Amino acid sequence: MKLYKMMSACLLTCTLLTICMPSSADQFTEADVKRWTNEYMSVMKQGEKLFHGGLKANNTVSCDQCHPNATNIHPETYPKFQKQLGKVAVLGEMINWCIMNPTESEPLELDSNEIIALQAYIHYERRGVALQPGKH
Amino acid sequence: MKKTTNRRDFMKQTAALVAAGSLPLSVIEIAFGKNSDQNFSFAYLSDSHITHIKGNEFVRNWDRGLVRAVAESNLMDPKPDFVFYGGDIAQLGKPEEIDHGLEILGGLNGKVHYVMGEHDYYLDLGEYWKKQLGPDYYSFDHKGVHFVVLNSILTHEKWMHKKWPSGMDRMLQMARLDNPDGQPFMVGDAQRQWLKKDLAKINKDTPVVVFSHSPIQKIHKGWNFWTDDAEQVQSLLKPFKKVTVIYGHVHQIQYNQIGNISFHSAMATAWPWPYPSSYTQVETYLPKLTVEMNRADPFNERDATGWQFINMHTGNIDLHYILPENQNRIVGYDAKQGKPVDRDYQKTDKRIPPQVHY
Ligand SMILES: [Fe+2]
Ligand SMILES: [Fe+2]
Repeated sequence: MKLYKMMSACLLTCTLLTICMPSSADQFTEADVKRWTNEYMSVMKQGEKLFHGGLKANNTVSCDQCHPNATNIHPETYPKFQKQLGKVAVLGEMINWCIMNPTESEPLELDSNEIIALQAYIHYERRGVALQPGKH
Repeated sequence: MKKTTNRRDFMKQTAALVAAGSLPLSVIEIAFGKNSDQNFSFAYLSDSHITHIKGNEFVRNWDRGLVRAVAESNLMDPKPDFVFYGGDIAQLGKPEEIDHGLEILGGLNGKVHYVMGEHDYYLDLGEYWKKQLGPDYYSFDHKGVHFVVLNSILTHEKWMHKKWPSGMDRMLQMARLDNPDGQPFMVGDAQRQWLKKDLAKINKDTPVVVFSHSPIQKIHKGWNFWTDDAEQVQSLLKPFKKVTVIYGHVHQIQYNQIGNISFHSAMATAWPWPYPSSYTQVETYLPKLTVEMNRADPFNERDATGWQFINMHTGNIDLHYILPENQNRIVGYDAKQGKPVDRDYQKTDKRIPPQVHY
């Protein structure tokens, strides 16, 4: 009984708080959508630049040299088992593998702006392809 | 019958023979036909993309690919009559890159013929390459076969000669395969006029082999797996009974038959390109005949790279792909079917999972 009362009180507080807030989760306009899309596209464009020689690479090799239009990356298949890493890995880990090996450079933090931008570009070039996690 | 040799056997034999001091080794047994004196073979290396970093540093991986192909092709027995180099010696056309590439290629036994690639050309419009290697289009005859070399990577004059801040700006535009502002490759009027005259003297029964850097057929414009005036060049070749076009640029196995013309592409010594169909945002036209190369395993540095040797007999070719990390492939002309076929993998039920690209 006590627990029930507490929960009711909590619920009431939450409702009151929500009413007092100026906007709520499902309230967004076309202008908002446009802004969010533009944010994505600008990060995607940054990723495109990084992908085409914009990353620091100790040997001048760039991602697009093996992956024109970000092909042969298959972002729709991640996370997947990488036999070479011996485990199920996310796309960012494979990007770092490429940064360390073909381009002979230092790996990036998985949540760094660069890794996010690269993924934004890689996914964009693969838009419309169905998710196939784990596929080889 | 011909015998394929996989890389492990090849290297084992090489090691054994090197140890025994009895080079060169037999890589294959070549099937000699009735007119055995007309049969011959040649090696074909392509797309090394030698890349200068700074000072005396070059990208190690691309160097190794070329060094290996040179060493392996020197072991061919019987010795090839000559070697062809299919273009893209350099990555950015720099004299350092062309010189470094030619130094490695200098290790080849015998005469080498060169084809111009876009990576050799667009820094200085081929000036340094031509100074080192001579003309970029020419023809010659060998054992009853007429060989033609074309520079197929030209583009619109206006674009080539516009006011560029520097030659390197033009080179970088062309070096980006997936450049949305890319320019289409073409052979152009001048060379087509020359070709017409060159072929006029040749008997129509003479086998003709054409070398170009880009495919003289249309596969994917976005990456210049394409030559804009392909049909016009094809029509000049139409009157001949046996025509073969061999090209580089695509860094992958492709083959096709259009009318009387067989088409074959070469692997790169540097790195593989994906098949165009894996770019899902546009329509592409890989020849249906092609059984694709294995998908590359990036953890094996030389996977999906290689070189090829070519047996020429009865006017058609057998092309042997020498693939360091995979079973070698043979694509040869099948007279009954009138088109090139893969000796092992042509039938759908013979294909293996790594040949599925998506
Ligand atoms: Fe190339
Ligand atoms: Fe090329």
